[in-house]
Amino acid sequence: MITVLAVHFAVAAVAPFLFRRLGRNAFYVLAAVPAGSFIWLALQHGAVYSDAGSTGAVLPWIPDLGLELAFRMDALAWVMSLLVLGVGALVLVYCARYFKSKDSYLGGFGAQLLAFAGAMFGLVTADDLLLMFIFWELTTVLSYLLIGYARTRLSARRSALQALVVTTAGGLAMLVGLIMLGSAAGTYRISALLAAAPELVDGPAAEAVAVAVVLILAGAVTKSALVPFHFWLPGAMAAPTPVSAYLHAAAMVKAGIYLVARLAPGFAETTFWLPVVLGLGLATMLVGGYRALRQTDIKLILAYGTVSQLGFLTMVVGLGQPDAALAGLALLLAHGLFKATLFLVVGIIDHQAGTRDVRKLSGVYRSSRALGVVAAIGAASMAGVPPLAGFVAKESVFEAFVHHAETGPWGLAALAGLVLGSILTFAYSARFMWGAFALKPGVEPTPFKAIKPAFLAAPALLSLLTIVYGLWPVPVDAWIQPYAALFDGGDGAGHLALWHGITPALGLTAVTFALGLAMFYGRNAVARAQSLVPAWFDADRSYQLTIGALDDAAVWITGRTQRGSLFFYLAVILTVAFVLPLTALVLADKPLPGGLYFVDPGSPLQLVVGAGIVIGALAAVRANKRFLAVLMVSVTGYGIALMFALQGAPDLALTQMLVETIILVAFVLAMRSLPAELRDRTGGKYRVIRVIIGAAFGLTMVFVAIYAMGSRVATPVSLEFPRLAYEGGGGLNVVNVTLVDIRAWDTFGEISVLALAATGVASLIFVRGRGDQIGPSADVAEGSVGRRPGRTANTRDNAALAMSRRFAAATRDAWLVAGRTLAPERRSIIFEVVTRLVFHSMIVFSIYLLLAGHNLPGGGFAGGLMAGLALTIRYLAGGRFELREATPVGAGALLGIGLATAAASGVAPLLLGGQVFQTAVIELWLPVFGDIKFVTSTIFDIGVYIVVVGLALDVLRSLGAEIDEHFENQPESGAEGQELPEEPGDGPAGAADRPAESTTGGNA
Amino acid sequence: MSVNLTLLTVMGALYACGIYLLLERSLTRVLLGLMLLANATNLLILATGGYAGLAPLFDKATDPRDYNDPLPQALILTSIVISFAVTAFMLGIIYRTWVLARQDEIQDDAEDRRVAETPSFDAEDDAVIPVETSEFPLVAAGPADTADGGGPEETVRAGARHMPAAEAAAEEQPGSRTVDPDPEGGQK
Repeated sequence: MITVLAVHFAVAAVAPFLFRRLGRNAFYVLAAVPAGSFIWLALQHGAVYSDAGSTGAVLPWIPDLGLELAFRMDALAWVMSLLVLGVGALVLVYCARYFKSKDSYLGGFGAQLLAFAGAMFGLVTADDLLLMFIFWELTTVLSYLLIGYARTRLSARRSALQALVVTTAGGLAMLVGLIMLGSAAGTYRISALLAAAPELVDGPAAEAVAVAVVLILAGAVTKSALVPFHFWLPGAMAAPTPVSAYLHAAAMVKAGIYLVARLAPGFAETTFWLPVVLGLGLATMLVGGYRALRQTDIKLILAYGTVSQLGFLTMVVGLGQPDAALAGLALLLAHGLFKATLFLVVGIIDHQAGTRDVRKLSGVYRSSRALGVVAAIGAASMAGVPPLAGFVAKESVFEAFVHHAETGPWGLAALAGLVLGSILTFAYSARFMWGAFALKPGVEPTPFKAIKPAFLAAPALLSLLTIVYGLWPVPVDAWIQPYAALFDGGDGAGHLALWHGITPALGLTAVTFALGLAMFYGRNAVARAQSLVPAWFDADRSYQLTIGALDDAAVWITGRTQRGSLFFYLAVILTVAFVLPLTALVLADKPLPGGLYFVDPGSPLQLVVGAGIVIGALAAVRANKRFLAVLMVSVTGYGIALMFALQGAPDLALTQMLVETIILVAFVLAMRSLPAELRDRTGGKYRVIRVIIGAAFGLTMVFVAIYAMGSRVATPVSLEFPRLAYEGGGGLNVVNVTLVDIRAWDTFGEISVLALAATGVASLIFVRGRGDQIGPSADVAEGSVGRRPGRTANTRDNAALAMSRRFAAATRDAWLVAGRTLAPERRSIIFEVVTRLVFHSMIVFSIYLLLAGHNLPGGGFAGGLMAGLALTIRYLAGGRFELREATPVGAGALLGIGLATAAASGVAPLLLGGQVFQTAVIELWLPVFGDIKFVTSTIFDIGVYIVVVGLALDVLRSLGAEIDEHFENQPESGAEGQELPEEPGDGPAGAADRPAESTTGGNA
Repeated sequence: MSVNLTLLTVMGALYACGIYLLLERSLTRVLLGLMLLANATNLLILATGGYAGLAPLFDKATDPRDYNDPLPQALILTSIVISFAVTAFMLGIIYRTWVLARQDEIQDDAEDRRVAETPSFDAEDDAVIPVETSEFPLVAAGPADTADGGGPEETVRAGARHMPAAEAAAEEQPGSRTVDPDPEGGQK
């Protein structure tokens, strides 16, 4: 069994290559797969119909979840497989003449059709509920693809989607039902479930089981196109006709019937089973038959006929009596034979005549009598005319329902409905034959091409089988008997036969024929009557309305929530962020914790500094000049550095100072082209909202912090840190040892982020590449960098410019390597001298910070920032070529080297038999230095140092040097670079005031 | 556990100002708001360290309780440097926005607004399908007749407006012409 499945899917996978090589004849190769499987199936007959009653195969799949690839072949599966594989092979053969070799997507189509046959075979043989569900959904997806074969046609796309939506919706309900059933029974094995069914149905979980069964039936109802989901099946007629013949007559829509048949022996007794199965089945049978009489497209006549028959089948199979079970499977087989025949005939007519319209077709029988005969056999079998398969099956159905009618009025109603449905069936069968083949007065005969025998072979063979089945139903009867025996009183199933004698069933058949013929001959009257009846409830329309309403609701909700305004999103998020904790705090109603104090006895100055910070923050909010606002934020930053110092955190104070300074420079560099004005453009209403959200959020944070800290009971873990740092890390500076040793992983993550951010900055500014290659300053003409384009006279700026030009002739004073490249008006001799004096000192100091950091305030971060600051000064004094001269290694290389160093220091101990980031203390003696205690985590710190330098360099190169170049390349934009701030290391005032003034009016 | 209200008050003020700036349209102010938020958070972490104490430089004679808690300090140190990197990145973004669009403002997302205006008519779902009675239409003589044909000037409702059905179909395409692009938004 598993081999059969595997071969189907494997050949499907290579099918596109076959089509590329063989054209449409590849369909014959594909047909060989189900045909061969059919032969295998025939050989299995002995095993399946032995005393054991079934064969099986189990492969473990996901043992932890109890999922197994469990397959089982019993009588029901065998009969279903006959239909699936047999019709599958014939349809594939038929396809080889239906399509043209030059049709596009044929390879994919063939693969899907073959895979569908495999999935359908898997579905009927699966012995595990979940496995069966997987095949079930596989058929759904494949049918979506097959219906949508003509992808350029709107009708094909829409019907494919409709079928998918409807059947998947049912499939989901079914999945829930399957899981409910499986967990109630404690097993997903179908055979075990059915064996345990009597206890389940009457047991404590009876209600859950009943609900589960209804949910599973929902899957069957959608799949088999029962009312109210019947509309997708006529829609799916947009599929190529072979697909309709296979999916919508013989295979896929039978999956629902199969499911009902599979569960009926165990669960037909549950509360909702009969009402659902009989009610929906009957309604479907009548609606389908009624609407089939109104169609003018012969394919649609068949489609609605199929809907009707599916309702019919559901009723019979679901009745849960042995005789009905026998009749149901007999009808299933008969229906598969005649409906596939008829669909294939329709395909031939369409192929040869170019239309399926009843009003245009005329005289087809005269053109092709063979086709007419084949079709007539099929249609007669559908109508239940003896001696064909349909008659045999329908006879036993009537038999079963005559028995059922004895149970009460509902049984009688079912029988009456059945007869009415059969009359309609007879009428539309006749109408189909008349519509497709008759010579109609007033319609000129349809031009009809001759049919090749290979094309007609498949339907002819099917119709032949219909006759054989009708005349000799004994083998079919034998195939089905074991299934019927599964029901209570299984030996009373009776037998299929052509002639039962004069029975009530025969009488009903006679009534059916008489009234059906009457309806056909009075077809004009029937049509008039139908047109008088207003179009009642239209399921297709209501489906479209539902989908449309869903679309509208989705757009409405999206439009209300996705406003496209960042303000709106943030406001919602932040409001939630303070409303929830605040509500929780209010509801909890806890008293404030003890230990609150305003003045820290250790550092009362905090109050003053705190006031300064708050004033800075408020000023930043009020500032209406860009650089003023930046400056005010810096005030808070420096204030916080002070706060750190007062709290007893010299490392933090140092780092914060350095960072604030570099940020200030970066801000000025990046924003020099932006307008100085910084207007608050949000309106008054929004401002109020912002104030409220901001204040409430701040307040919430205060209270959350108070309660969080107040609820702390354990001793801080960090009490151990000083000892750990000294003994394990070999350093006195606890914070630094924490960074490079105790929490080295954290720091490693952090420097990775730094490298990423630095690369991000570079790529935002350079866009293409990192821009690490800038030529040496020796190639640059003297005084060419940063030239101001000519300005109109009489401005104050100009006078200053002329003055500076006069004094800036000192090119021979090479204070800086690349100082000569700068335009004279950009140079400041004092700045150059100062830079010359302090640069090396700063670098040395930064290295001191790095190395001393283990025992004194400092470390890799502070050292790296200090070095970055030194580079900043160098750049500001000498321009971008000076920066390049100062750093022979590119920023990208620095980042890489830094990360590699840090990583190596982490991995090296591993190679030496230690743990990642383990520290070792090496004591050695060096001349001059004397005894030296070297701690290996210093190497990690060096990596940190290099990464930070790389980051600072990237910021300078991007926001500084590259933006300089942008300006020089487009001088007429008017946003040329102005004098850069001097001595940023001295303090915030000097750095930001001047640009803030000089950018005024310097914008585009 | 002691709670330093001075630090927390300053923190609250910084949060409030930061959020206020964050909710602004100007990208520069948003960045400043973020910096204030970072500072506020650093203060919050600092406050968890308790009373001011000695700098955590190990000395055998000192009781560990006398130091200011080193763990929050290590966390803050990390946070400071990360904030620097983030700020630099945001500055890069601001500069690029300025270069590309000459503006320092957060624009409303035009695509989102277009979605809100999407008409309920969808060509794929709602267009009238001509009745096809053959899969081989080239063979068939005569044009396929359309079913209960909507008039040529059928209009559909799109948000608050009405538009011809034909245009509504085009609405499905990106960059449709019926929704006015923002004068400053969109690509240059």
